[in-house]
Amino acid sequence: MKKQQSRQERRKFLRKAGISGFAALLGADIVFALPRGYIPIALEAKDPQSLFGKHPDMVTLNDQPWNVEAQAHLLDDKVTPDDKMFIRNNGLVPESIDVENWSLTIRGEAVNQEKTYSLKELKEKFPKHTYQLVLECGGNGRAEYFPPADGNQWTIGAVSCAEWTGIRLRDLLNEVGVKANAIYVGYHAADTHLSRDPNKEPISRGIPIEKAMEDETILAFQMNGKDIPLVHGHPLRLIASGFPASVSGKWINGLSIRDKIHDGEKMAPPSYSIPCETVEPGTSVPNEKMCVIEKMPVKSLITYPKIGAMIKEGQKLPIRGHAWTAEERISKTEYSIDFGASWKPCRTAAPKNRFAWQHFDAEIDFPKKGYYEIWVKATDNTGAAQPMLTPGWNPKGYINNSCHRIAIKVT
Amino acid sequence: MIRQNRKNVKRNTGILIALLIIVLVILGLLFFFEEEEISQREDGFRDADAPIPEEQIGGRIENGIHAETGLIEGEGLKLVIGHCTACHSAKIITQNAADREGWKKMIRWMQETQNLWDLGEHEDIILDYLAENYAPKKRGRKPPLGEIEWYELKN
Repeated sequence: MKKQQSRQERRKFLRKAGISGFAALLGADIVFALPRGYIPIALEAKDPQSLFGKHPDMVTLNDQPWNVEAQAHLLDDKVTPDDKMFIRNNGLVPESIDVENWSLTIRGEAVNQEKTYSLKELKEKFPKHTYQLVLECGGNGRAEYFPPADGNQWTIGAVSCAEWTGIRLRDLLNEVGVKANAIYVGYHAADTHLSRDPNKEPISRGIPIEKAMEDETILAFQMNGKDIPLVHGHPLRLIASGFPASVSGKWINGLSIRDKIHDGEKMAPPSYSIPCETVEPGTSVPNEKMCVIEKMPVKSLITYPKIGAMIKEGQKLPIRGHAWTAEERISKTEYSIDFGASWKPCRTAAPKNRFAWQHFDAEIDFPKKGYYEIWVKATDNTGAAQPMLTPGWNPKGYINNSCHRIAIKVT
Repeated sequence: MIRQNRKNVKRNTGILIALLIIVLVILGLLFFFEEEEISQREDGFRDADAPIPEEQIGGRIENGIHAETGLIEGEGLKLVIGHCTACHSAKIITQNAADREGWKKMIRWMQETQNLWDLGEHEDIILDYLAENYAPKKRGRKPPLGEIEWYELKN
């Protein structure tokens, strides 16, 4: 019975999704017609290249749920293309997206009235805005902590800066009417819990109301000028850059306007939380002494050259990369070829908009032959800079913003 | 003239039969593929509210590693596969490291928040397996960059 039902469901989905649905699923165009009921073999595959159109050098950390990261040299583009964008999932990617009937319901104790908008209404009713926005997983860099912190062992590649188009969350909330006691906005989405329990949300995080009201906090329906790829949140994604990317919920179909800190799945410590007071590495910290992470720290990444470059003596080495902060802007980037004993300035470009990463570059002369490491350090307008060592240990291994480095040989 | 007509009818009938066979073969193939696809999908979407039965777990070991999951061979391997990979990939085990207490904490968290069931008498065997095969390896706070693939960079 169950099998029969799910078979019918699948047929329904196939009819609705059609070829364009498959193309979205596969991240590529399907150029020939498929007979009804036929599922492309790629959907059965267990690699992010054929499933999501990812670059072959992307690294799969987990395939159930899907978690895939980039490598530094893959992030060399000024605007991250979708094939090089990391994938972070807590649950299972929704199987069917019904764009025609997609809606967003705004509810909660701090909203004037419950209201539902169709996707079409959202797109037509409010002004559209486009921003380049950094998304970085709170656990990016976790692999470096010792004692090890459990979870996906992200190295440096759980970060991206794509161009997102959508409507301001503020415009929507202003129209719905938010009460004076509103302090938090939580999201609800269409993904499935790993246990397949339909009553369980895999993740339902959120942002303080002040963050929700910022210009760059948007409900996006486009990424890099096209529909958002399925695995990145098609057809509607909340984007709140500067916070851990887990607040930028994918496949959004509901928002809760709360009069307290949202208490959805993965809001409570130890998830996305660090000790309120710093602790000795390896300390067991009770949940009530953990505080939810809000702003992500200042950070940078060397995206050219790829680690391991060998150059000839006398050859100049151009380097480049990006730096980002949750504050106003990056004020300087510097590089060192002597393990931090001395630092030289890089050129730092102005940001396209707030929360966009800023590109840096420099040209390096090496004094003599040998092995070198190039380290880059960014400083933001508040004076906060990156540490060279891993920063304060925390039980879940979040917000590691230590300097990135690459190895070079001059021969 | 009549002979000519008869010949034509014979040829047309031949073409018709050939076409019919082709159509039947295509329909058959479509049906076959559809059935196969669906049964494969059914497998992938089983409910994850109980361990995977042992008889459904393959046992191919290559160089001390369980081929399907990448888990290290050892006592308790099948219990780990059965209880842990019903919900999530074995990759979240193989990429992590903790002592017995650390693994126990993760199991408790999954039981309290993620619908993991009581592991009963299997818990001790599973914890022993994890603590033995996936223990933390000591390393520095900024260890040397390892496994660099060197290449010549030309301007």
